[in-house]
Amino acid sequence: MKYLYLVWSNLKRKKIRTILTMLSIMIAFLLFGYLGAIKQGFSQGIDVAGVDRLIVRHKVSIIQLIPQSYESRIEQVDGVVDAVHQSWFGGIYQKPSNFFAQMPVNPREYLAMYPEYLLSDEEREAWFSTRTGAIAGRATADKFGWKVGDRIPINATVWTRKGGERTWEFDLVGIYEGAEKGTDTTQFLFRYDFFDESRQFGQGQVGWYTVRVADPDRAAQTAEAIDAQFANSPAETRAEPEGAFLQAFANQIGDVGFIMMSIIAAVFFTILLVAGNTMAYAVRERTNELAVLKAIGFTDISVLGLVLGESLVLTALGGGIGLGLAWLLVSAGDPTGGALPVFFIPVKYLLGGVLLIGLMALVAGILPALQAQRLRIADALRR
Amino acid sequence: MTMHTNEIVKIHNVDKIFKRGSEEIHVLGGLDLRIPEGEFLALMGPSGSGKSTLLNLIGGLDRPSQGTVQIGGERIDELSNRKLAAWRARHIGLVFQFYNLMPVLNAQKNVELPLLLTHLSRSERKKRAAIALDIVGLSHRNRHYPRTLSGGEQQRVGIARAIVTDPTILLCDEPTGDLDRKAGDEILDLLQELNREQGKTIVMVTHDLHAAARASRTLYLNKGQLSTEPED
Repeated sequence: MKYLYLVWSNLKRKKIRTILTMLSIMIAFLLFGYLGAIKQGFSQGIDVAGVDRLIVRHKVSIIQLIPQSYESRIEQVDGVVDAVHQSWFGGIYQKPSNFFAQMPVNPREYLAMYPEYLLSDEEREAWFSTRTGAIAGRATADKFGWKVGDRIPINATVWTRKGGERTWEFDLVGIYEGAEKGTDTTQFLFRYDFFDESRQFGQGQVGWYTVRVADPDRAAQTAEAIDAQFANSPAETRAEPEGAFLQAFANQIGDVGFIMMSIIAAVFFTILLVAGNTMAYAVRERTNELAVLKAIGFTDISVLGLVLGESLVLTALGGGIGLGLAWLLVSAGDPTGGALPVFFIPVKYLLGGVLLIGLMALVAGILPALQAQRLRIADALRR
Repeated sequence: MTMHTNEIVKIHNVDKIFKRGSEEIHVLGGLDLRIPEGEFLALMGPSGSGKSTLLNLIGGLDRPSQGTVQIGGERIDELSNRKLAAWRARHIGLVFQFYNLMPVLNAQKNVELPLLLTHLSRSERKKRAAIALDIVGLSHRNRHYPRTLSGGEQQRVGIARAIVTDPTILLCDEPTGDLDRKAGDEILDLLQELNREQGKTIVMVTHDLHAAARASRTLYLNKGQLSTEPED
């Protein structure tokens, strides 16, 4: 710590150069944090997907429906504990940009399958006993200012009511919280029995099934057994782990993770050159001073440490501010207005950012630091 | 050379070879030098005669190509780089012609620099730096940065930095070379005072006969050999 003022004083020597380099580093880490949150948003739920859950959908596509009658047959497959169905409703609340997922489900079975959706006992009972009852995740409820007791109208884009009516009205009986930070709290869930009886067509059909398996290590075999059960039927299935299903869902618009990481890698490489150049100049223009430090007794290693320390302070300040700004911007909310229901910087990205700060400091500073370490006092003082 | 008791510097058969392409240049041709403790020695000689090289060898800033350098009974030419650095911090105070102060640090912090290598507390470092600045008569300028000080004042700060660790030897490489006569005289007064009143052993390289006259002994270096008389 006693060397810190020396490091800090040297950074203040060329204030404009230091500030510009720090700003470059800050931008790189701001992008790292913000794009990391976007990547997380696109792969929502993958990290918290249940390892003991499979998704069973139509073999052709997720948009092809499969019979509700499959549920009991799936539950009879060896290794299956429980199966619940879900369907994509795809309605509009007030205007198309108010996007959030709406799904008709069987309340009891669904809540048993997804214990990460936290609902009070009163709200659960209210949902079980109200045919038009619906629950919403905290994020969506807060976004639209909903409270329990509100009546929520949703306009159907596909599932019209009998008689051609497009507006479905639901009674909000509960608002669920997420057990983990990555849990999706944007969904709007209502009762399948009400939906199935009221819709104009498609009775007895569902979108997909979520299946809990007894042994996650045997999930692949269980998935095969489920698919075999419906082989050569009019609605063949494809069963896969929940994480893989969500990943495939996210990849429909391209490998977002790869695109993001490619951008970040290019930015970091450029900034590394900027920081490395700054450090190289900082050492070259002070050759004489470094020689004086050695002359008065600083060891080769301590001079190396001083230069690396400068690199670290420069990178840590720029990187820290960048990550902090990314955190603030991400905290302000999803920039798409609902397309990224899970939008936050995961802790692993923050830790990765801290690791990157150290790595960048090392890579940018190591060559000038070694140059300073190898400096011969007598030669340098003669310059 | 005259033999003395309590010889603090004993240099024997020292040479320093520099390479220029395939050519080898012998700067000090098997030189011998002994300096008694408490002496104020002036080293004179033409440019390129090896004065600064000799000073660097005494201060452990460079290593001889041959011969031995013994300071205070310790063979410093045999020390590892790390031990030599620690030895310099403990035993050597350096005063340079162009002061070589850190421009980003004020006078107080510049003087404190060598104390960072000790285990002294922050307050103790500050206290000792203040004493050193007081000795050179600059305690009132302790918060000034080098660029706001005159050449003479900067050299005083340089001397304060050199003496703050109470070193065994003070090595001065043309300490008045960049100063006008008045400021140079003040610096020489200060060095003389440190030698006489505090018993500091001082080795001063100079081109200036007027400065050398302040020393208790003057040696002339020419073509790698020392003599008590200048070469005609």
